[in-house]
Amino acid sequence: MADTILVVVEQREGKLNRVSWETLTAGQALAAEMGWMLEAAVVGSGVAGFANEIAGKKVSKVYAIESAKLEPYTPDAFVAALKQFLVSHPAKLVLMPHTYQVRDFVPKLATAMGRTAISDCIGYKKEGEKLVFTRQMFQGKLAADVSFTSDAPWFVTFQNGAYRGDKVEAGASAAPVETVNVDIADGVIRNKPHEVFKEAKQAVDLTQAEIIVAVGRGIKEQKNIEIAKQLAEALGGELAASRPICDSGWLPMDRQIGSSGQTVAPKLYLALGISGAIQHIVGMKGARTIIAVNKDSEAPIFEIADYAVVGNLFDIVPPLIEEVKKVKAGS
Amino acid sequence: MKILVCMKQVPQKDAPLKLNETGTWIREDVSYEVNEPDAYALEEALRQKEKHGGEVVVITSGPARAQQVLREALAKGADRAIHLEDNAFVGLDAFNTARAFAAAIKDDQFDLIFTGLQSDDYGYAQTGVVLAELLGWPHATIIMQIEKNESGIRVKRELEAGYFQFVDMPLPAVLTIQSGINKLRYATLIGIKQAKNKPLRKVALAEVQSAVSANLQKIERLYVPQKTKNTEFLEGPAGEVAKKLAEKLRNEVRVL
Ligand SMILES: Cc1cc2nc3c(=O)[nH]c(=O)nc-3n(C[C@@H](O)[C@H](O)[C@H](O)COP(=O)(O)OP(=O)(O)OC[C@H]3O[C@@H](n4cnc5c(N)ncnc54)[C@H](O)[C@@H]3O)c2cc1C
Ligand SMILES: Cc1cc2nc3c(=O)[nH]c(=O)nc-3n(C[C@H](O)[C@H](O)[C@H](O)COP(=O)(O)OP(=O)(O)OC[C@H]3O[C@@H](n4cnc5c(N)ncnc54)[C@H](O)[C@@H]3O)c2cc1C
Repeated sequence: MADTILVVVEQREGKLNRVSWETLTAGQALAAEMGWMLEAAVVGSGVAGFANEIAGKKVSKVYAIESAKLEPYTPDAFVAALKQFLVSHPAKLVLMPHTYQVRDFVPKLATAMGRTAISDCIGYKKEGEKLVFTRQMFQGKLAADVSFTSDAPWFVTFQNGAYRGDKVEAGASAAPVETVNVDIADGVIRNKPHEVFKEAKQAVDLTQAEIIVAVGRGIKEQKNIEIAKQLAEALGGELAASRPICDSGWLPMDRQIGSSGQTVAPKLYLALGISGAIQHIVGMKGARTIIAVNKDSEAPIFEIADYAVVGNLFDIVPPLIEEVKKVKAGS
Repeated sequence: MKILVCMKQVPQKDAPLKLNETGTWIREDVSYEVNEPDAYALEEALRQKEKHGGEVVVITSGPARAQQVLREALAKGADRAIHLEDNAFVGLDAFNTARAFAAAIKDDQFDLIFTGLQSDDYGYAQTGVVLAELLGWPHATIIMQIEKNESGIRVKRELEAGYFQFVDMPLPAVLTIQSGINKLRYATLIGIKQAKNKPLRKVALAEVQSAVSANLQKIERLYVPQKTKNTEFLEGPAGEVAKKLAEKLRNEVRVL
């Protein structure tokens, strides 16, 4: 029998997380290349609807792994459920998106099964008989190809944006859906989660901004933020920042761009002294034009920049403010 | 509360990285610093101790150079330190790193173990959760607040896109700490002095060898990622670059 790839899609609060489609795209590509079978699973309580939605895609089978105890999410219940499922439905490869929820339970699941997870991958390669997974290291400055030396199941999580969710192939006909009821004993769940909430309403909405000047740790000191502010003003744009700047309290939290901040898509995103960690990039890669100023020619931000300036931002920004003012005055 | 903080030494953020001969890791001749979220984890442990009493113990695994993070932690107020000292420790995957930690602390009784949410170098984001499972303890990840209550603790988990969630959980537990949970303190001169007399236990590889196994995964190779986007580099003296940029902003980006 062919080996099986199982994609575990993510649902949260009654919604299918759309990164699930990306993972399914990855699963389809892997299945085609390896000649393996592709199945999908959704874990929760009352998730048949999601299972049916996925069954429309090119997969052999979809499982709805069900228990009332899976709602709300807890790592204990998810691990118990998936472990039970994987023991009765062996898979070679288990794929999931690298979300906060998956990060919360996958290392526990792998450990409970005496296995390991290669986390936060951006792709895979088939090298002869060997399958290697590519992941970023050193905050994106280097990449690594990593292989499993353990038995199956192999757990792999894919980074947000690694595959195109809109490229997921539809199936010729709907795949069969099977409900698997799992048994989660009393006392297994130790955490008591409360409702998910959003912190007090944000004062600044950067999602509508057309021009954003963003500062990172390269700005060095709080007082230096002034020059970025002046540039933003000269351009008629908004000031934003990477997370460490907000963590330090140099700018308020609501100016943070990235996976734990705002996601923006301005006409222009000017990044000053930002290295370009993936958690920052997911929040701004949709910008139409990205300009990056960084003193390190190998900073990952240059990977996605349209225009790049390798240099000291303190040398570049003051004359840039003057030039912008000049151009504006002339027009 | 008795709290263990796992603190990893990682290459400095600005350090230029070079590959080693075998292309499996970077050359070690770079400067190192403490993994950023681990510094926040230590700060949180110190604050919890200040509120509730107890002890803060720090642990690291790595070669002799890694002792620096323990010294700094002791200077900031940690009570004692454990160093799993051997070059071989850094070659362990997260699963085995956690197993080595579990073996090294088997005679201690902690209420809480803090790790950073992920390391700045390898970025596996697993060690803490793996450790929790090995110990049979509950865990919560990406924590931004910790309050002790009668039955255990209430923690605030960060979720994506600005969402949060409170979770009640019993002790003992493992928490992975997010940067920004608190404001870091600096070591004081007196702290640095006192640190010299604080206990630092060294654990040799032999002591925990029976707890670790072969790695479950292998780094085949490390490399500089290929550029996929057509980036235009603007070069020249700062004044000229500024002029070129302003032209681009006007003619290509059309925002001026
Ligand atoms: C096959 C393989 C080969 C490797 N070879 C090398 C090598 O040659 N040189 C090298 O430097 N690294 C090497 N590594 C990296 C390895 O040491 C990882 O650091 C380790 O697997 C832990 O994973 P992580 O750093 O991603 O931790 P994460 O899971 O991202 O870390 C989370 C938290 O766990 C704690 N933590 C993790 N590791 C330590 C530690 N050592 N001490 C204290 N706390 C810690 C910290 O609190 C940290 O914030 C290798 C890894 C693998 C899988
Ligand atoms: C779960 C999770 C969620 C996260 N969420 C977010 C998020 O929402 N947003 C976010 O931004 N980060 C987030 N992060 C943190 C992220 O991983 C990075 O640590 C962070 O983005 C780095 O910020 P930075 O680029 O400002 O700092 P660094 O990585 O320290 O980079 C500073 C850069 O400035 C350059 N520089 C220094 N001096 C100068 C100079 N004089 N001139 C020009 N350049 C200079 C350096 O070369 C370097 O590239 C998150 C991390 C995790 C694990």
